[in-house]
Amino acid sequence: MASQFLWVIVPYLALVLFVAGHIWRYQRDQFGWTSKSSELLEKRQLRLGSLLFHWGILFVFVGHVMGILIPEPFYEALGVTEEMYHALALAGGIPAGLAALAGFVILFRRRLTVKRVRVTSSTGDWVALGFLLVVITSGLSSTLLNVNSHGFDYRTTIGPWFRGLLTFRPDPVYMETVPLWFKIHILAAFGLFAVWPFTRLVHVFSFPLRYLQRSYVVYRKRMPKSVDSLDRAQ
Amino acid sequence: MKNGELRLKSGSKAMRLVNLFYNPYQPTIDDYYEPWNYDYETLTNSPSKQYQPVARPKSSITGEWMELSWGPNWEDDLAGAHVTGLRDPNVVKMEQSIQAEFENVFMMYLPRICEHCLNPSCVSSCPSGAMYKRDEDGIVLVDQNACRAWRYCVTSCPYKKVYFNWQTNKAEKCTLCFPRIEAGMPTICSETCVGRIRYIGVILYDADKVKEAASVEDEKQLYHAQLDIFLDPNDPAVAAAAKEAGIPDEWITAAQRSPIYKMIVDWKIALPLHPEYRTLPMVWYIPPLSPIINTIEGKGSSASANDIFPAIDNMRIPIEYLANLLTAGDTAHIRTTLKKMAAMRSYMRAKQTNKQPDIRLVESLGLSREDIEEMYRLLAIAKYEDRFVIPASHREEVADLYAEQGSCGLAFAGGPGACGTL
Ligand code: SF4
Ligand code: SF4
Repeated sequence: MASQFLWVIVPYLALVLFVAGHIWRYQRDQFGWTSKSSELLEKRQLRLGSLLFHWGILFVFVGHVMGILIPEPFYEALGVTEEMYHALALAGGIPAGLAALAGFVILFRRRLTVKRVRVTSSTGDWVALGFLLVVITSGLSSTLLNVNSHGFDYRTTIGPWFRGLLTFRPDPVYMETVPLWFKIHILAAFGLFAVWPFTRLVHVFSFPLRYLQRSYVVYRKRMPKSVDSLDRAQ
Repeated sequence: MKNGELRLKSGSKAMRLVNLFYNPYQPTIDDYYEPWNYDYETLTNSPSKQYQPVARPKSSITGEWMELSWGPNWEDDLAGAHVTGLRDPNVVKMEQSIQAEFENVFMMYLPRICEHCLNPSCVSSCPSGAMYKRDEDGIVLVDQNACRAWRYCVTSCPYKKVYFNWQTNKAEKCTLCFPRIEAGMPTICSETCVGRIRYIGVILYDADKVKEAASVEDEKQLYHAQLDIFLDPNDPAVAAAAKEAGIPDEWITAAQRSPIYKMIVDWKIALPLHPEYRTLPMVWYIPPLSPIINTIEGKGSSASANDIFPAIDNMRIPIEYLANLLTAGDTAHIRTTLKKMAAMRSYMRAKQTNKQPDIRLVESLGLSREDIEEMYRLLAIAKYEDRFVIPASHREEVADLYAEQGSCGLAFAGGPGACGTL
């Protein structure tokens, strides 16, 4: 019962909030949709912190896709053995995780100690930071406590469970043997997903890839009478 | 900004995405000044005591008491030029060094607003496409709803005319008072200028040639390249083409009467600010003349322009300085422009004191008697309806104004246009 609740109901609630929250926010609050940069207020600490954090977290994200979303048979088909995968995961994951954590600590300290940044922080910022703190530390601990390649294998447990969630065939049984650190990490992550759309984290989805193929100068025409006049002219 | 081809100085598009998490060029608030307020209440609430109460400055960001060390207009006149003056790139570029010594000091006031460039680098550098140039009147705006605070516009505008609002976390800039322009009214800064030095009008230009004009190799030719893309609204072919392109008659008539077209193209007395930035700026300036005239002419004498012309090179405001501002360092244009202004003065003075104006002088500058008199009317008499020839844009007919509420203006909560902020 408890496992049904923790590994099926909670994740779905969080994901529904995540998706619906983004749609709602995108429709209702374009003006509040911003990366909320505080570089104007403090720049020196931001430099190291932001660079470490963002680049670290990007690689961590790639790692998660490789470990959780891509199923094990895929690697086997490529001829990547368990040992090879594990070595690669640790070699990439630990530095990326450490960089993200270091960046996070610098940014967190900055937010607490630089008065200009502190007073311009919103509740959402603190909530996001709190979740991120738990997610990053628990995630990194899980990895560090699981260096042994014959230890716990998330690719046969967490992976199928998570893919089951996404394909609407959730099976909490997969989660039974998962160590505590991983469980904390996963639950905190779903907590983060649930608050995500209501914080500044929405800026992740604004990463301006379209810029690369846009013409330099953007002209907007006078639009015929329609609400579409708000849409971006490319 | 180039390498055979037009480039943004702040790097390629890809570079800008790589630097998204930390913009190395971005100024911090201390490069402007920390905003503050005074606690005036202590003045009115203070109990009676021996010493007069003082309103102390308090930071608008942190709410802490602060020691003021820099602020708006801090370096006005002689106050801070010794701090910022020598860093002024226009001064740095000058060959003969001007010293910040008291007897050599000159002051020049240059009101700067956004240039609403034809090739706006702020727009080119905005990764979210939130900045745009309006098709119908060329006004450059930030869509407050689309801005995602990447701040590249702030660092990419060479005129430093986009600012980051630390409360709303969005970029803001001069809007050329577009709601007033749409209604056919001049901008607030132009309307309220007591010197009546600001003029607004329509200029038709060939948008397809913008890139070519901005890519001209020689910086000194950029001014000419920009002049070349302006179209003559009195040319029937141009007027017909404009009509075909859907430009309303009212706009074409306004372009024909445009005060700025006369100053820029007909008389060539207005020059673009820093054309070497290659953004093709659209706020143009007439270089100032006064100080030298006063010293040379002295005691109300009617010095002839022949005396004035050589003196132009000895102006209090060095001609090189003006050239660095307005012609990418080419002093020849500045000299001609100043000569035209001087000739206008001497012509009108002669006329009003019943002397024979020296028409040869005027003609030697490529102007006619009518030109001079029209210049005088526009510049010195400066009637409201001559200074501002702005056609209404009838936006109410084309746009859903209700849905557009609050999307580009700055009158949202926390924006500078809202009541009761800061
Ligand atoms: S002056 Fe700056 S802000 Fe204004 S249009 Fe030009 S580049 Fe953009
Ligand atoms: S008054 Fe209007 S046009 Fe003038 S600087 Fe301000 S916003 Fe721009």
